[in-house]
Amino acid sequence: MSLERIKIAPELYDIMPPEYQDLVQRATYGKESRGWKDIGTTKELIEEHSLCAGCPESMAFRYILASLPNPEDTVMVGSTGCTSLVFPHVAVHNIHSLFGNQNAVASGLKRALALRFPGRIKDVVVLAGDGATVDIGLDMTLQSWFRQEKFTTICFDNELYANTGGQESGLMQKGFVAKMAPVGKTFEKVRLPEIARESGCHYVVNCTVSKPNLVEKVVKNAVYVAREIGPTYIQFYTPCILEIGKNSMEGLQEMRDAEKPNERFAYKEYVSDAAKELLAEIAAKEKERKAAAKKQLAGQNA
Amino acid sequence: MATSSYKVLPGPEHFLPPAAAAMGIRLPNPGEAHIHGEIVPEEKAMEVAAKQFLMAKVPTIFPGPLVLWAWNEKAAQKAKAVRHLFETIKECVTPSQRPMLIPMPDYRPKYPKINPEIEINPNHPNLTIWHNKIDTCMFVGVHCHQANLSLKIIRGGTSCYTIAMCAQAGHEDAMLSFRDATAEKILKLAEWIKKLKGTVGPSQ
Repeated sequence: MSLERIKIAPELYDIMPPEYQDLVQRATYGKESRGWKDIGTTKELIEEHSLCAGCPESMAFRYILASLPNPEDTVMVGSTGCTSLVFPHVAVHNIHSLFGNQNAVASGLKRALALRFPGRIKDVVVLAGDGATVDIGLDMTLQSWFRQEKFTTICFDNELYANTGGQESGLMQKGFVAKMAPVGKTFEKVRLPEIARESGCHYVVNCTVSKPNLVEKVVKNAVYVAREIGPTYIQFYTPCILEIGKNSMEGLQEMRDAEKPNERFAYKEYVSDAAKELLAEIAAKEKERKAAAKKQLAGQNA
Repeated sequence: MATSSYKVLPGPEHFLPPAAAAMGIRLPNPGEAHIHGEIVPEEKAMEVAAKQFLMAKVPTIFPGPLVLWAWNEKAAQKAKAVRHLFETIKECVTPSQRPMLIPMPDYRPKYPKINPEIEINPNHPNLTIWHNKIDTCMFVGVHCHQANLSLKIIRGGTSCYTIAMCAQAGHEDAMLSFRDATAEKILKLAEWIKKLKGTVGPSQ
């Protein structure tokens, strides 16, 4: 559908930096089956990032971008934090909101897009850290869910304020001692997935980003449900390896440990009845599409 | 209207040069341009701009997104004209001069760095100018608010002579600014450069 939308003037094509040439030639826009397996094939899916080496957030960012079902018509709303260092590298429209305001900005944006482009699918995805989602922006986060705003909220939960040196956040686990929270957390981790469910979210998932397949499925589901039914929420564990004293290569294992049964990021999902119905319909259509593609391929090879 | 005594001259002025508009510099009317803040007929500005390109050691054009991306027929025509202007500059300068055509593809604040050899970023245009030792540049197809930002930064931190080929009402913060830019106007500037070829050269 949309590689047609972006064309470089032919007379100036040769002077464009290579990432822009790649963007208009080989971006995954419009590819129905785009997903995490496309990572590494095009520069548009964050070829380079400016986060720390081995940062699980960089993995999460790539998986999410590759999984957006409609990237050319998606606007991402970010907030202050490490994510704001990656957004400049992202070939998807994005807004950097004032710290904590992301869900309020997304609410207005989603409504404005619906008025400005009636009949065209426009997705809005909020991507913010735990400080912006649960502490500073909790009011905006909850109010958008109460109002049943139709967009997806993704929280990168690293369980502290990593970007500013390790202060305590509401999503930090009880008893954790951070560099700038030496006394240790004295109360339990805020149970935002449960709060999201009670606040009206139709699709809620709490997990880590250790399994790209799962991240892809969850992100796609959340976007589809938000598009048709109402708010959705995903809480991804993206540990800050620096702030929890790990090395670059230890992020993946940290996530695997945190997702074991009874651990705080054991896979948790809540789907409303309306969302279940919608996702079943989408799954059936997808199955049909794959069967047709397989049949066509078999026909070509015959 | 009272004329301002302030002159928009090549810098480096200082880190935070005042906005030229705040110093009383006004924009030209249709058919006019401004040089250092003084309103002049457009033909005069064509001549001065052409001379600037011919005298510069590294005359450079910075095309912005409005001409780099073929988003409508007018943009495509302007892109053609920009290329023609660049080729004309290349033909008309001496071998010691080094004309450049460096794009400003978008306005993202790129971290951790840009590659100043292949692009210019409005948030730190001085890096590209310093790196390539650019002494005269022309902005074309850059959205006004980003052009204003860049022109001020350039004036603050470099000695580069700035020309704005603006499609709207012009830029006070450029040392020389055209307004209502069209493909024809860009081609006309190329004609002026051809006409003045050999009359001026780079300073030693």
